[in-house]
Amino acid sequence: MRRAVLIAVPYLWLLALFLVPFVIVFKISLSDVALARPPYLPQFSWDEGILAFLSELDFENYIFLTEDDLYWKAYLSSLKIAVFSTVLTLLVGYPIAYGMARAPSEWRPTLMMLVILPFWTSFLIRVYAWMGILSNEGFLNQFLLGIGLISEPLIILNTNTAVYIGIVYTYLPFMILPIYAALDRLDGSLIEAAEDLGCSRLSAFWLVTIPLSKNGIIAGSFLVFIPALGEFVIPSLLGGSGTLMIGKVLWEEFFSNRDWPVASAVAVVLLLILVIPIVLFQRNQEKQQEAEQ
Amino acid sequence: MNSTAFAPWEDPEATPLIQFQNVTKRFGDFVAIDDLTIDIYEKEFFALLGPSGCGKTTMMRMLAGFETPTQGKINLAGKDIAPVPPNKRAVNMMFQSYALFPHLSVWENIAFGLKREQMPKNDINDRVEEMLRLTRLEKFARRKPHQISGGQRQRVALARSLAKAPKLLLLDEPLGALDKKLRQETQFELMDIQEKTGTTFVIVTHDQEEAMTVASRVAVMDHGKIIQVATPDRIYETPNSVYVADFIGEVNIIEGTATPNGEDSYAISWAEGQSPLKAASAKPFSEGQKCHVAIRPEKVTINAQKPDGVDNLVQGKILDIAYLGNISTYHVELPSGTVIKAQAANTRRIARRSFTWEDSVWLSWTATAGVLLAE
Repeated sequence: MRRAVLIAVPYLWLLALFLVPFVIVFKISLSDVALARPPYLPQFSWDEGILAFLSELDFENYIFLTEDDLYWKAYLSSLKIAVFSTVLTLLVGYPIAYGMARAPSEWRPTLMMLVILPFWTSFLIRVYAWMGILSNEGFLNQFLLGIGLISEPLIILNTNTAVYIGIVYTYLPFMILPIYAALDRLDGSLIEAAEDLGCSRLSAFWLVTIPLSKNGIIAGSFLVFIPALGEFVIPSLLGGSGTLMIGKVLWEEFFSNRDWPVASAVAVVLLLILVIPIVLFQRNQEKQQEAEQ
Repeated sequence: MNSTAFAPWEDPEATPLIQFQNVTKRFGDFVAIDDLTIDIYEKEFFALLGPSGCGKTTMMRMLAGFETPTQGKINLAGKDIAPVPPNKRAVNMMFQSYALFPHLSVWENIAFGLKREQMPKNDINDRVEEMLRLTRLEKFARRKPHQISGGQRQRVALARSLAKAPKLLLLDEPLGALDKKLRQETQFELMDIQEKTGTTFVIVTHDQEEAMTVASRVAVMDHGKIIQVATPDRIYETPNSVYVADFIGEVNIIEGTATPNGEDSYAISWAEGQSPLKAASAKPFSEGQKCHVAIRPEKVTINAQKPDGVDNLVQGKILDIAYLGNISTYHVELPSGTVIKAQAANTRRIARRSFTWEDSVWLSWTATAGVLLAE
């Protein structure tokens, strides 16, 4: 009985906060846009019955998504930006995690704190701060002009570059922490054993350190990739008109076009795209737990 | 001693494989190795024995190349190895934790070092198979390290470190993680493999029994210095100091002052009201010099009746009996308060033993049973 209650809690949580909202969004995505409140039809009423209600639902909006090339281009562009920024985050995050794991143990709590510290301020404020840094008259350009490295200000803000910087900056801790956890567990004598058996420092790193931190790399990459794919704030604040991301398209459908059904369809497709990496991520976590037992 | 016995350290012509020449290693203020000089010969099974923190692991890590001496020189086959990085040394190490690569199978672990040498694939296959046969691991070649037992992991680690046929194999507490029975079996396996491959083994251990079982010579270390280097029987029978005598096995140490009373013979006065002990020693002691008599418990005879014609005789009361099945150790308290341990084989059933707790007994030993030590 207690067991059943314990198991029921997370399922109720999922039901209330994930499945029910999903069903609502899915239902809206099958409706038609209308000048009404809420702005879609049909609305369920007891007089007409459930069959009449269901007969008015259709997949029109999904067909529309395939007809207008804006949507698949936005999905593709989001995928590209998410993949590329995940790779960038990995390239920046791995050396940091490695340095942390190799640091003297009395330093590690401090370094860990420094990684987590940005979470203490609002995410929005930090993105706005980047606008101040990257704009034409921003700190970065003033600094580079000041030291004479450039003569014209660099145009970074409102380009994809700014979006990449924003994503890498925002999601870096999610990459660092799982990799650090994996490297921290790594037994130093394994590296010595590799060197003892004829590896140079570099090949010991490739043959031992990288494979043994693989789970951390995979976990970190998913933790960056999944939210980056649907990212809305960073592209809309730092990106320009050329930055096409599905999160932005979704927002515009909802709030500019007030086309809730199409926006819901976009959201449902995004979720389906995300299910694949989420399942892969879960599997990786499970495998890791098995290996530790 | 017959002339075919393996004892290159007694041959002045023999050139040592490893030479430590006045090696000192400091970590900050801490002196791990203190001006140490020692020779180790080819095909030796050399044991470094000492308590933790005595510097034995540091010595081994200097041989492997993970530490460099602060002062002094280490020669391997006549060449200074200080500038040679670990991956270029003809030395392999078996780690205390085994350090098996968890992401590789047993087969790949053993092949790891061979692949780094760019060895042709067929040769690698042959060599790995040979190593698997040597360590009786053929059945486990495809398994990952976490899928085999502790004893098997130990053998994989050994096979991996032997695969490159090193000139010198270093074993850092190789059997520490095994239970007693398996450890004893493995000790003999190790000796067997050492003989078969003809590799020089240097083993680090804090287990004196292990060192005595496997080694051709044992170096007893303390505080970064080697106190004594000798064959196991010499270490046991003729320790050169109280430290060594006390570290290896059980021993009774009796403090006293020496008086020469004949050639290589001394009378040791040691307690008021007790007649002096007779002890033989080839090492000279001067009149009135402080000394210690070290006597192994098994060389002390215990009797219920006063025996005749013995060199040394004391009477006391049995304080404690440690029953080990085949033998018993008796703790006998003398009137002076000194406790002397005596060991006797349990040749009779325990019910028929002629003395027990609180009984008065006689302890005796010969003049040559003990070792006379200055410090």
